[in-house]
Amino acid sequence: MPALPARYRPLSVWALYAIGLTPGLWTFYLGVTADLGADPVRTFEHFLGLWALRFLCLTLLVTPVRDLFGINLISYRRALGLLAFWYVLAHFTVYLTLDRGMILTSIAGDLAKRPYIMLGMAGLVMLIPLALTSNRWSIRRLGPRWTTLHRLVYVIAAAGALHYALSLKSITAEPAFYIAAVGILLGYRLVRPTLMSRKRQRKAQFSARA
Amino acid sequence: AAPLAAKPSDYKVDETVTSKEDATSYNNFYEFGTDKTDPIRYSDDFKPQPWRVEVGGLVAKPTVFGIDDIMKDFPMEERVYRMRCVEAWSMVIPWIGFPLSALLDRVEPLGSAKYVAFETVVRPDEMPGQRGLFQPLRWPYVEGLRLDEARHPLAILATGLYGETLPNQNGAPLRLVVPWKYGFKGIKSIVRITLTEKEPPSTWNLSAPHEYGFYANVNPAVDHPRWSQATERRIGEGGGLFGGARRETLPFNGYADEVAGLYAGMDLAKYY
Repeated sequence: MPALPARYRPLSVWALYAIGLTPGLWTFYLGVTADLGADPVRTFEHFLGLWALRFLCLTLLVTPVRDLFGINLISYRRALGLLAFWYVLAHFTVYLTLDRGMILTSIAGDLAKRPYIMLGMAGLVMLIPLALTSNRWSIRRLGPRWTTLHRLVYVIAAAGALHYALSLKSITAEPAFYIAAVGILLGYRLVRPTLMSRKRQRKAQFSARA
Repeated sequence: AAPLAAKPSDYKVDETVTSKEDATSYNNFYEFGTDKTDPIRYSDDFKPQPWRVEVGGLVAKPTVFGIDDIMKDFPMEERVYRMRCVEAWSMVIPWIGFPLSALLDRVEPLGSAKYVAFETVVRPDEMPGQRGLFQPLRWPYVEGLRLDEARHPLAILATGLYGETLPNQNGAPLRLVVPWKYGFKGIKSIVRITLTEKEPPSTWNLSAPHEYGFYANVNPAVDHPRWSQATERRIGEGGGLFGGARRETLPFNGYADEVAGLYAGMDLAKYY
């Protein structure tokens, strides 16, 4: 698999940030200029949540794509994860301000009574330590504990998909797609150890014969 | 939609009317898709003409009404009503229609009739939401009212809005409007009305009984299990993202003086 020359890689990561934030910023612009349909707050809120879920799925796709197709996109994984974080944070901010109008009793009521709000909030809270430790210094500092900590992303993705599914009046093709996607991406983690050890065995046999 | 004449009526809320564009492009009509913009986008193939409505059940004179007869026989009035969706948004819509009681009088309900059941058309060829793999609801969409609710002067069968006949996405050619109840009670594109003795089934109640009751009266004190009903967002208010603040939802959507008596002695938290 041909890779991008190393000197272009930082540039391509910044490009990914720019492209990744574009849908959110563009939709915000449409919202401000009253071009977002009849219920702009809800439309914007849902749009941000959906993009957060998309970036979470893309983050989880990096490993299987490397395992199964030999395409290494690991240098983009941090950007994908952080994009998911920024979209979740924006989604939450819109909920807090434009949707609930900062009425804290209403937010507290939501949080106490409604499982899908709890799940969403739990996802956001769990994303914070991951975002804070997404820098090189933390990776060095935490060592193997960093990997353990960042496995939280599996719980976050499950919480995100459930939050989405439970918020709907009925499950149609689009949410079904995301639930299936998250299910497959998480399920892959369960079969991965077996898959990898078989791959290693085959490689060992091959080099022994050569 | 063709121009439709109607005489003004006293049932007219004194609030800013929602733009026709918003009222005809932001709709819940799952027969055409679950997105709010699906109904306007995917209802072009729907044929609201010719149309027949069968009215029967516990009545002395079961009748099949053609839509043209309905238009001719019943004097149309304009009613400007609040519309409160169960999803916590609202509009103000100038409907054109006639009291449901006028139609019921024509078929002469028997003494044993206690409820009125309604049914929407099933046409998968013309309604994309009714075909395919992930169908959000069971068809036909059905709804019901208690007979005294159905006879209340506020309950109308609508044939138009904004001075025109109903566009397909709003439930052409004939739909129910019950302004003190959540919008999903306003069943669209009606083909059958049946007087019954027992409480008839209603689609959203079948789909999620703990979330949607038979009565579905607008009630700020009884939350939907997944969101509060205390406040609502008025569609189109202020335009963009920073437009309107949430407003308080009124008991019976502001029609308590007229209709609260229908529910005297009933526990509205139980019969939600």
